[in-house]
Amino acid sequence: MNDLFDIGGKSLQSRLFIGTGKFADDTLIPQVCEASGSQVITTALRRVDMDAATDNIMQHIPEQMTLLPNTSGARNADEAIRIARLARAMGCGDWIKIEVISDSKYLLPDGYETAKATEVLSKEGFVVLPYMNPDLYVARSLVDAGAAAIMPLGAPIGTNRGLRTEEMVRILIEEIDLPIIVDAGIGKPSEACQAMEMGADAVLVNTAIATADDPIAMGHAFGNAVAAGRQAFLAGPGATRTLATASSPLTGFLGGGQS
Amino acid sequence: MSFLPACKELDRQPLGDMIRNFGENAVLRALDKPTLSSEDYMALLSPAAEPHLEAMAQAAHKRTLQHFGRTIQLFTPLYLANHCSNHCVYCGFNARNDIPRSQLSMDELRVEAEAIAATGLKHLLILTGEAPNKAGVDYLEEAVTVLAPIFPSVSIEVFPMDEADYVRLIGAGVDGLTVFQETYNKELYEKLHPAGPKRVYDYRLEAPDRGCRAGMRVVNIGGLLGLDDWRRESFMTGMHAAHLLHAYPGVDIAVSLPRMRPHTGAFQPAHIVDDRQLVQIMTALRLFLPRVSITISTREAPEFRDNILPLGVTRMSAGVTTAVGGHTKGNDTAQFDISDPRSVDEMCSALKTRGYQPVFKDWEPITSPGSHEIAR
Ligand code: SF4
Repeated sequence: MNDLFDIGGKSLQSRLFIGTGKFADDTLIPQVCEASGSQVITTALRRVDMDAATDNIMQHIPEQMTLLPNTSGARNADEAIRIARLARAMGCGDWIKIEVISDSKYLLPDGYETAKATEVLSKEGFVVLPYMNPDLYVARSLVDAGAAAIMPLGAPIGTNRGLRTEEMVRILIEEIDLPIIVDAGIGKPSEACQAMEMGADAVLVNTAIATADDPIAMGHAFGNAVAAGRQAFLAGPGATRTLATASSPLTGFLGGGQS
Repeated sequence: MSFLPACKELDRQPLGDMIRNFGENAVLRALDKPTLSSEDYMALLSPAAEPHLEAMAQAAHKRTLQHFGRTIQLFTPLYLANHCSNHCVYCGFNARNDIPRSQLSMDELRVEAEAIAATGLKHLLILTGEAPNKAGVDYLEEAVTVLAPIFPSVSIEVFPMDEADYVRLIGAGVDGLTVFQETYNKELYEKLHPAGPKRVYDYRLEAPDRGCRAGMRVVNIGGLLGLDDWRRESFMTGMHAAHLLHAYPGVDIAVSLPRMRPHTGAFQPAHIVDDRQLVQIMTALRLFLPRVSITISTREAPEFRDNILPLGVTRMSAGVTTAVGGHTKGNDTAQFDISDPRSVDEMCSALKTRGYQPVFKDWEPITSPGSHEIAR
């Protein structure tokens, strides 16, 4: 099946994006990339250290991956813009995931500041992927601001609680004409599959893979789950019925209208 | 509003007795909740929680893994000066102790900083005693100007100061502030600090609030475990951190759990905190505040540090000397004895053996437009 995901001028075969944070050992990253089949990987620019011989996360990211640096640490639009420009100056490419978080308790993204940063950076030629609360109005302002896709959260970062925001994400899928990448909160492959079945275009998973007992096997499982969910979506699942179709209908006596 | 009014109110309560009165049911309830109230936190600090330490440890491990993964951020302290006008009875730098006093010149500081940077460390914590006319804000500002191009993150653990002074130091490149209240028990605090500017409890207590307002990115607090009833102190520390989290949502709040160590001088801690108790404190705090950073210093012994890794720790010091210029000049003016003398390399292999990744750099300075990486 030739079902490519087009985004930011690239055609991707895999709809699973992965993260680099939280691994016990960064040398696992290439194996997780391979096992998961993912082609896009996000990393916090604050963790990147071009000078370090030993602690340089970049040396573990395989060349074929599209790098999606993120602005983790930014508390407002201005800081996110500076981090994005810095990422580009450091040779991290034009893709940028905007994370503007000024709440260290729940790590929920600030929609207003995110939209401001998105507007400035998309004008500067960045492929901007903003992380957001699944809110229709914020999503619309991100569309207007020039985002290349939007990344609504499934549950707060790191919670592994799954697709808690299902209804809101569903609305975004229906209403927003940009790719929808469900980001944060996905804890199990079945939940990633669920998001894809609903019609999300891709899923980003970090904690659930990085903190699994076997991150490579979990990466593989997520790769399969995302592909399965996508296939199911394309196959058009049968309509769900709230009422059972009884085998002996109570209205059978009415006949089928035939005489 | 600062923590002071709430702290005064709490200080009036018989917190130690209240904590001791919790029963097993309250502990089990707390262990079952995704979000803990301050009462739940109390229950976990109570004697009734002691038989449930393993369950607390398992839950704390799970939370830590979720929010921080298998990574430990490494940093090291750099002692700039040991002049001090305070009389803290528990400290080796106490003005009355007859020890050699010194202060690094900017050239000496550069040499020391480069020696640290050569080990790979990127997060630096600078310390002084309290002697504003020797190592005051001007001196610190100059020191930070030397350090900021070498380290992506420079934090301070010095005397408390006014908000405007914090703003000045942030401008020079400081991004983190550590202020230990030592003890939240005001009466005891005054006894332990018989003379010197540190005597003013309220000014110290409000320093983290001032740091947050000034724009610090990370604010680290803590009590010195051993000075007073640890259940009460740990509860107050947790409440202080919870206040800061709530009042300054943009600031990363961190907590250190230092236990008292032997030092030059006669003072010995009245409330020894044993290993089990430290584990109870750490796991209760992790469950109460799942996202705060928790620091364990080299005051703790290597084996204990390795064993408590999964229970909530997110930051550790490594390659530590507590002497002024100790990275290049030797260790004979140390503030206190450390228990974990491992080098940075040894710390890294110990972490890796336990399945943890040492993280050297986890911050990119973005406060000034010409940022760190571009500037070099
Ligand atoms: S604890 Fe700090 S303020 Fe007190 S004597 Fe020691 S160095 Fe001075």
